[in-house]
Amino acid sequence: MTAMWPLLGVAVLVLGFALRLHPLIAILAAALVSGIAGGMAPLQILAALGKAYNASRYVSIVWLVLPVIGLLEREGLQERARVLIARLRVATAGRLLLIYLAVRQITMALGLSSFGGHAQMVRPLIAPMAEGAAEARLGALSSAMRLLVRAHAAGADNVGAFFGEDIFIAVGSVLLIKASLAQSGVEVEALRLSLWALPTALLAFAIHGVRLWRLDGTLERLSAASRS
Amino acid sequence: MIGLTQVYWLAGVMFAGFAMLSLRDGRRRRRGGNALFWGLLATSFLFGAELSDLGNGVLVLALVLVAGSGTMGRAESGSAAPAEREARAKARGDTLFIPTLVIPAVTITGALTLGIPVGRLHLVAAGQVTVVALALGIAVALLVALWLLKPPALAPLEEGRRLADTIGWATVLPQMLAALGAVFALSGVGSAVGRIATAWLPLGHHFAAVAAYCTGMALLTTVMGNAFAAFPVMTAAIGVPVIIHRFGGDPAIVGAIGMLSGFCGTLATPMAANFNIVPAALLELPGNAVIRVQIPTAIPLLACNVVLMYVLLFRL
Repeated sequence: MTAMWPLLGVAVLVLGFALRLHPLIAILAAALVSGIAGGMAPLQILAALGKAYNASRYVSIVWLVLPVIGLLEREGLQERARVLIARLRVATAGRLLLIYLAVRQITMALGLSSFGGHAQMVRPLIAPMAEGAAEARLGALSSAMRLLVRAHAAGADNVGAFFGEDIFIAVGSVLLIKASLAQSGVEVEALRLSLWALPTALLAFAIHGVRLWRLDGTLERLSAASRS
Repeated sequence: MIGLTQVYWLAGVMFAGFAMLSLRDGRRRRRGGNALFWGLLATSFLFGAELSDLGNGVLVLALVLVAGSGTMGRAESGSAAPAEREARAKARGDTLFIPTLVIPAVTITGALTLGIPVGRLHLVAAGQVTVVALALGIAVALLVALWLLKPPALAPLEEGRRLADTIGWATVLPQMLAALGAVFALSGVGSAVGRIATAWLPLGHHFAAVAAYCTGMALLTTVMGNAFAAFPVMTAAIGVPVIIHRFGGDPAIVGAIGMLSGFCGTLATPMAANFNIVPAALLELPGNAVIRVQIPTAIPLLACNVVLMYVLLFRL
């Protein structure tokens, strides 16, 4: 039974996140609890944490990119991205969001995370454009239709970002996978991790793409229902 | 030979620059916390290899305390006014995208070629090729950007610090979770979860083990709101001992699809506030509106991941 005590650390982590403790403090507490439960002395735990932290420094190498992105943003990168997106001439909300999903996935796969985002792209551009396209076709939108279009605008950004980013080898999550496996004594090249993220990325595009493709039909039905 | 050490120096110098700029920034309250945080990161990258394990542990403790005490200030909204950026965007046009495309181009070329020895000489240490290639890609992109845009000399560091301040303590979250994974492994969390899993789940079958691992990743992510936090736990419990060691699965496939199964959980949880709750607020939607349109994608995609991992590992 004592072999189960270290699990308390996982419980502390879950609880800490649920109670909205500062995540770094929750992590430290989880390490202490599981270490003590596993029979380690506090200083031993701190040393183990320090050793592993130091050995995983390459996970944080992705931040070297900040000066480049920051500089480009100063020169108007996001504004230019918006101009590019706004040039899209697409007739329906579903098609527009489908194209945005593809663009978001491809740019994330190239490491261009600043091309999208809820505050930078969805709220100022994608959601209004999708609403505009739906209005142009169906007239005034009911609140249920507006809600659906906006929620799908945010959803397309999330799905595109999550299932595009791991194709880029040098993103934090790929390096975290590499580091976690290394802690268990399994070495793997980051390039192969990003390669094997491709099949799921394609499936994500297929599944979510079909749903966006069918969004226009759903909107038409909602529009007809709200009129009758 | 070039390796991680040189890349770490580069990162150390960058974070030291952030720390100094934070100190110099008179407009902000709470600049001390930011300067201390970036200074600690600089110390880790420049001297981490010289410090003892306990020394590094104390450094981690200090990072957590600075971040957790709420002494870090938020970034102001950029050095250039929106109208100014708008005008520059017009003037620069699509050249702005060139440096961003240089990064993946150089990184991938480098990752494929830097490992090849020139004669007997290895230019880059084996196993460090990807990270060195990334650093090289970023360095080349920075040079290209400086040459194309000719900004003031300190602009890259200033703008980098602005972004770093926006991300704040979350910059060290992935690395901290990796370190937590190591402590979990040492204290026996993995073997405990593994024991429960073997007692309750039919892990003797290849398919059952894959299904338990992928579904476990998604569920634990739903509870924690963070696939990065779930990954070390589930991987130490089922991924490594059962799928990789016992069944001989390819770790690259297990890791990649395992993490993406976690992302299916991220789509479905209000705990992932940044992705699901914040945009609902931004778009003036009810709190669960974004999650509701994402769940019908998350569930079939998770099922696909299970089948995909099983087929790629054991049926090809």
